Amino acid sequence: MKTLEELKAIREKMQSQVSMRGEDHARTRILVGMATCGIASGARPVLNKLSDLVQENHMTDRFSVTQTGCIGLCQYEPIVEVLEPGKEKVTYIKMTAEKAEEVYKEHLIGGHVVQNYTLSSADIK
Amino acid sequence: MYRSHVLVCGGTGCTSSGSQQIMVKLRDELGNQGLSEEVSVVQTGCHGLCALGPIMIIYPDATFYAMVKEEDIPEIVSEHLLKGRPVERLLYNETVTPNGIKALSDTDFYKKQHRIALRNCGVINPEEIEEYIGTGGYQALGKVLTEMTPDDVIQTLLDSGLRGRGGAGFPTGMKWKLAKQNDADQKYVCCNADEGDPGAFMDRSVLEGDPHALLEAMTIAGYAIGASQGFIYVRAEYPIAVDRLKIAIAQAREMELLGDDIFGTGFSFDIDLRLGAGAFVCGEETALMVSIEGNRGEPRPRPPFPAQKGLFGKPTILNNVETYANIPQIILNGPEWFASMGTEKSKGTKVFALGGKIHNTGLVEVPMGTTLREIIEEIGGGIPNGKKFKAAQTGGPSGGCIPTEHYDIPIDYDNLLSIGSMMGSGGLIVMDETDCMVDIAKFFLEFTVEESCGKCTPCRIGTKRMLEILDKVTKGQAKPEDIDRLEELCYYVKANSACGLGQTAPNPVLSTLKYFRDEYDAHIYDKKCPAGVCKALLSYYIDADKCKGCTLCARNCPANAITGSVKNLHVIDPEKCIKCGVCMEKCKFGAVYKK
Repeated sequence: MKTLEELKAIREKMQSQVSMRGEDHARTRILVGMATCGIASGARPVLNKLSDLVQENHMTDRFSVTQTGCIGLCQYEPIVEVLEPGKEKVTYIKMTAEKAEEVYKEHLIGGHVVQNYTLSSADIK
Repeated sequence: MYRSHVLVCGGTGCTSSGSQQIMVKLRDELGNQGLSEEVSVVQTGCHGLCALGPIMIIYPDATFYAMVKEEDIPEIVSEHLLKGRPVERLLYNETVTPNGIKALSDTDFYKKQHRIALRNCGVINPEEIEEYIGTGGYQALGKVLTEMTPDDVIQTLLDSGLRGRGGAGFPTGMKWKLAKQNDADQKYVCCNADEGDPGAFMDRSVLEGDPHALLEAMTIAGYAIGASQGFIYVRAEYPIAVDRLKIAIAQAREMELLGDDIFGTGFSFDIDLRLGAGAFVCGEETALMVSIEGNRGEPRPRPPFPAQKGLFGKPTILNNVETYANIPQIILNGPEWFASMGTEKSKGTKVFALGGKIHNTGLVEVPMGTTLREIIEEIGGGIPNGKKFKAAQTGGPSGGCIPTEHYDIPIDYDNLLSIGSMMGSGGLIVMDETDCMVDIAKFFLEFTVEESCGKCTPCRIGTKRMLEILDKVTKGQAKPEDIDRLEELCYYVKANSACGLGQTAPNPVLSTLKYFRDEYDAHIYDKKCPAGVCKALLSYYIDADKCKGCTLCARNCPANAITGSVKNLHVIDPEKCIKCGVCMEKCKFGAVYKK
């Protein structure tokens, strides 16, 4: 390594990984339901997709992606909850990796909730 | 790309409680459950809570598992890492609250800490240079080499108010300035990693947890004073630290962060290791350099000071590991940032190794000026078994005891000196009412007698005579005039010894004489040890009201000193009793007492 640019490049590559190891109460938490029901309906690819997107785009200091248990709406799994500090919780249902990517771009980055996928748009009786 | 990182402590504390096996088991189990691609296992340095090892922290949710056992691993993997349900019974109990799991940074142990020197310890893998770079590593070196002159660097350190963390507290910037002023064809940058105070392990943790911070800071020092070679003098008793330093040096050379023409600036610097063979005196700066030169580690008189004539007769700076660990952060964040922490004359933070009678044995880093009470009661979790605080020992064999009356003194270099102790490297040993202060003084003096190099007479013979007097005190054979003699010897050894070892060796005696004179008097006049430690001065008795005649004590006594029959009072024969305390330990009715 002979230049500061090379150092900077390594830093940027590693930063997203290392900054995952912090506790920042201001981060938006993204919870993926990974109980038996969630896993059975395909929550793992959703979890991995979201986690990869956040890291690839160096967003670990803004978002943390973790699993959570069953929230009791097993027929709507895979479920993803977005908890932004100071805002109301948004619950997405019947997620797939593709839908997760859309939620990442539109909601997490763009700030617009993807209404079509939310629990409130589903017809619950 | 991994969605979760499992950090397992690979420091000396957790390694000895089995963290290496935990990592093997964890990797196996992740493989078994098909999670190897999603979860990474990272070996880190010390997290500080050594009492609770092996320690495991899972990110991104920052869940803290304490005292992890191999058989717990399958459950942690299937419940937590797969399904996201923390295994509550294995969590650090401070983080478990009725309202859910508390963040680690909100626990009493971590809340008041401020980590600068330990900032990467327990966060990064010390064996991967990329992880260090990912947290901003080698940025300070880049900045120094491309944007600052050597004088700028030295001025930054002077402005920051950083003082040597090895004990004496000499201003680091001043040391560098003196070395820079002396022209020579060769200069050296040395690091004192010969941490030898009993109970101190701050430097070891930095070496094990963040070795690149040291390499970066030494390279910065080389640029500032005009040196091209550095030496790290590390004790051979730190095998993990030595391994990680070797790995770190090899990686830094590979990346050309050590070697010729660093960052294409024309500046060249390299670092080599020298292992100490376990002599305490080699922590003294002149003895350390004599030892690096390949000679027997003995101090030599100063002046000339190392900044003029040090290693191989060339201008040399020698700083302690913790001092170096602060420097990259000072360069990056500015001297004002560092000077905003601490007290008027002691800036920044200090790492303390908590040991002795305290709940949270381990490593803490707090701003200078934190009180002893805060460190012991709040961060350290207080004294176990409901015992009362009696004194804290700082500065190891060179320091002294701080009694209850100074419990609320803000800890910094000058305050500690004013009460007869010293900062030292940061060992902090807590003592409760069951510790005898004469015995403590004797312990430290035994250490210095053993470690005195023997070159100068006051230290070689003076400390030995002092120890003999202390031995008489603990056996109840001392006369009142012995204490005067002891005090006289203390001042003589202090004033006439050749190096820091002898000059400070009497401190444990002087400080206990100052604050706990009554305990010395009790040993001499009453022939009693108030704390019940000095064996020669106590006897064991059986309380007639409490003894049920169960015969347990008599059956366990190794000297057959207890007589008595079933359901009848037992009696200890003082002639036969060897004062081992087994009867007291075994009695279920609390009938055995000593006085």
